[in-house]
Amino acid sequence: MNQPANPNSFRTGPDEQGMFGIFGGRFVAETLMPLILDLQDEWNKAKTDPEFQAELKSLGAHYVGRPSPLYFAERLTEHLGGAKIYFKREELNHTGSHKINNCIGQILLARRMGKTRIIAETGAGQHGVASATVAARFGFPCVVYMGATDVERQAPNVFRMKLLGAEVRPVTAGHGTLKDAMNEALRDWVTNVEDTYYLIGTVAGPHPYPEMVRDFQAVIGVEARQQILEAEGRLPDLVIAAVGGGSNAMGIFHPFLDDKDVQIVGVEAGGRGLEGDEHCASITAGRPGVLHGNRTYLLQNEDGQIKDGHSISAGLDYPGIGPEHSWLKDIGRAEYVPIMDTEALEAFQLLTRLEGIIPALEPSHAIAEVMKRAPMMAKDQIILMNLSGRGDKDVMTVGKILGHEL
Amino acid sequence: MTTRIDRKFEALKAEGRPALVTYFMGGDPDYETSLRIMKALPGAGADVIELGMPFSDPMADGPAIQAAGLRALKGGQTLVRTLAMARAFREEDDTTPIVMMGYYNPIYIYGVDRFLKDAVASGVDGLIVVDLPPEMDEELCLPALKAGVNFIRLATPTTDEKRLPTVLNNTSGFVYYVSMTGITGSALPDTSKVGDAVARIKAHTDLPVCVGFGVKTASQARAIGSSADGVVVGTAIVNAIANVLGPDGQMTADPAEAVATFVSGLAKGVRDARLAEAG
Repeated sequence: MNQPANPNSFRTGPDEQGMFGIFGGRFVAETLMPLILDLQDEWNKAKTDPEFQAELKSLGAHYVGRPSPLYFAERLTEHLGGAKIYFKREELNHTGSHKINNCIGQILLARRMGKTRIIAETGAGQHGVASATVAARFGFPCVVYMGATDVERQAPNVFRMKLLGAEVRPVTAGHGTLKDAMNEALRDWVTNVEDTYYLIGTVAGPHPYPEMVRDFQAVIGVEARQQILEAEGRLPDLVIAAVGGGSNAMGIFHPFLDDKDVQIVGVEAGGRGLEGDEHCASITAGRPGVLHGNRTYLLQNEDGQIKDGHSISAGLDYPGIGPEHSWLKDIGRAEYVPIMDTEALEAFQLLTRLEGIIPALEPSHAIAEVMKRAPMMAKDQIILMNLSGRGDKDVMTVGKILGHEL
Repeated sequence: MTTRIDRKFEALKAEGRPALVTYFMGGDPDYETSLRIMKALPGAGADVIELGMPFSDPMADGPAIQAAGLRALKGGQTLVRTLAMARAFREEDDTTPIVMMGYYNPIYIYGVDRFLKDAVASGVDGLIVVDLPPEMDEELCLPALKAGVNFIRLATPTTDEKRLPTVLNNTSGFVYYVSMTGITGSALPDTSKVGDAVARIKAHTDLPVCVGFGVKTASQARAIGSSADGVVVGTAIVNAIANVLGPDGQMTADPAEAVATFVSGLAKGVRDARLAEAG
């Protein structure tokens, strides 16, 4: 019952209950259930509505700047001395990351549903900025919940959100990071369910969010697949992306899932190492549990209490991961590996120097894994990496660590 | 199968008054004090006890119950210890129903079958699990019913006529009507609207309907109790505990006494409810 309808495809999930195997589902308070069912109906209609799809495509082209380029990283390839490295340049999108792809889609849905107020949670602030941006573009009031720790370490994004007219509400509960922001957003939603649309930023939360956000982000992989075929005449050997909640990774992975010769690797935040609690490697070091509306791999103790985790990157600082990733891990279609803060920091600097691209700390984790793998691969092999965001927002954080007074 | 919950509501019906359902957080501020609070509740006039299971991420709770959960977790409370509290209470009281209330993950991690076995052995009568809507009944609701444990569902203002049968299906013990869309401890809406909502639910079920979320005073309890079969009070009880804790968590007075005094007042309000109506 929980298996996808076509046993030869990895791309048919979730089932009608929103399950990917044992993962996913709708673990929410009754107050939210009717709304979630409405959202599912509306999403099902929008998916096949040519008008909706046309508007999405037009905004993608003229507002976001799609398609984003596929870029051959010549000097990084040369430096590592192995596989050819290609970047999908999502950091060139409007607002500086892949997050806008999903926000454009969901704001159109919110409008269809007649909602008049937008709420969102954010970690690094990329999703908050993207939400505030589409809210401004479509004339909605917008409240963004952001952990107090993140408000501090992502100050430029906080100001951007305010400029865009959003209200940023710092959340002091817990460690003041993404998990706490999501709790607070859910509390707001449960209170203002009548008029409010919750714009979830990643492939997690209750069904239909994981599926819906994936479908809005899959444009990344669809484009990249076509672009790499044009550039190289064949598919890549390895597709790789950083995973927090996992939306940029799912976006690039999903169109390649049925290409069985394409290896798929997600990179988790190893923080200060997996021995203690200061990491966010939910798949590598967690176990299945239920949080924020879905069952998925979570960092938790033996009593089922959720841990706070740590990452240098606010965008990866979340103790869970989207349920479809958990499923892909369990069935063995994708592999998930941790990268430490220090490795990501090194990758951040290397890419900046070699390619003149300042990456965000999130994709810097993926770059660090590329640095490990590319030299082990043959020169005619191909790596495709999702460069999901640009690093302007992280310059202060990195400067502080490297001892530069800003 | 009749349970302690069924028997209690039958007895109260015979008495002609609504139930006072009291929530507190297991382990707040520590295990021993919390057990004393629990034991003091029936004597103060509580008819049904909701025993809160602390969770790190209580998404449907307001600041008061969030803080209580954190105090309990900091004090070393676990699901094992919350079950132990129920067992210790049951040694002295065999009639007051115990309903464990919280979120699914700690139960899922404990193991559903093992949890139900231990809950039954500890004298637990019912469960309220906030993040398990009817769509997820196979997780815990159906196994609980099979084990003889009532599964009490929340109905809310967003539960319309179309959805109400889905919510009531597989519900047992009583129906918990959440009086507003929001988190625990928010302001109580117009009590007359609550009466209409209770009537709407009663048209669909013979189960007792208890109303909660936002009830803080004896007079509110009395007003709600005139139309509902029970009044649930949670945040205000949790606040009575918080009020006797200093900034570093040290007790400035006995929390069990503070709760007993507060609950006695509520109990009077509830007991006056139908008298007022009759008079």
